[in-house]
Amino acid sequence: MPITEILFWALSAAAIIAALLVIFSKNPVHSVLWLIVVFFAISGHYVLLNAQFLAIVNMIVYAGAIMVLFLFVIMLMNMNADQEPNKSKWMKIAGVLSGGSLMLLLVASLKNSQAIAGGGDAGIGLIQQLGKTLFSEYVVPFEISSVLFLSAMVGAVILGKKEKNLTEADSTN
Amino acid sequence: MPINYYIFLSICLFSIGIIGVLTRRNAIIIFMCIELMLNAVNLLLVAFSRMHHAAAYAVDNASLVGAEAQIFVFFIMVVAAAEVTVGLAIIVMLYRNIHSVDINFLNRLKH
Repeated sequence: MPITEILFWALSAAAIIAALLVIFSKNPVHSVLWLIVVFFAISGHYVLLNAQFLAIVNMIVYAGAIMVLFLFVIMLMNMNADQEPNKSKWMKIAGVLSGGSLMLLLVASLKNSQAIAGGGDAGIGLIQQLGKTLFSEYVVPFEISSVLFLSAMVGAVILGKKEKNLTEADSTN
Repeated sequence: MPINYYIFLSICLFSIGIIGVLTRRNAIIIFMCIELMLNAVNLLLVAFSRMHHAAAYAVDNASLVGAEAQIFVFFIMVVAAAEVTVGLAIIVMLYRNIHSVDINFLNRLKH
């Protein structure tokens, strides 16, 4: 068994177990920490798929920035204690059943697909090639994404601003 | 590894995300499950990029086909980061107004 296969199975098992723990842990902080484990496993998969740049970006942006933001919000709200009272059992069963049947449907429809093994590699995942592609062919979407970030920043600041003498019904005006 | 295994792994992660969205009632955990689904799709895109590149590499071993998909994943991460900032700001605002993030109490739009 080659080392890449061992790594694939180990990372897959880690990703799926950690993803299950994300949705089944009671404490939101634990969910965030398990989600970080999922993101690290997915970064490992990116390395196995020769997408080294995306592996690093995934680690920095997702595991570094976004999850810290989640953790910050959870600790800001002081939600360490479990706050999910009187959850309906039937809703849970229905959710698990519908998600499981979606998975069953997708697996059944794709299980006869042709297996294609990965071949050679000309280094498309390295930062040099991706940078050339990004700044030659995709420079307009890159610039537009800066506008998107600016609008997201403005939106976050406006939404997070403390409102005075307003109820939430007419706060948008 | 054959690409099929990556497809099945992505399906598993995506379904786990869907189960989380449908069963949990904490808005932040639902948001995290959406991030999980986005990452499953990203993994699938990278796997397809690898497969596409391998097919082109067999013909021409200087081919750079497949870099577009990785640029695509990069832009998905950009949009996800913007989405998270706005979404968490909305959740903080809701928490400030109704002192809970349980989605059963977030039904003001109905009335």
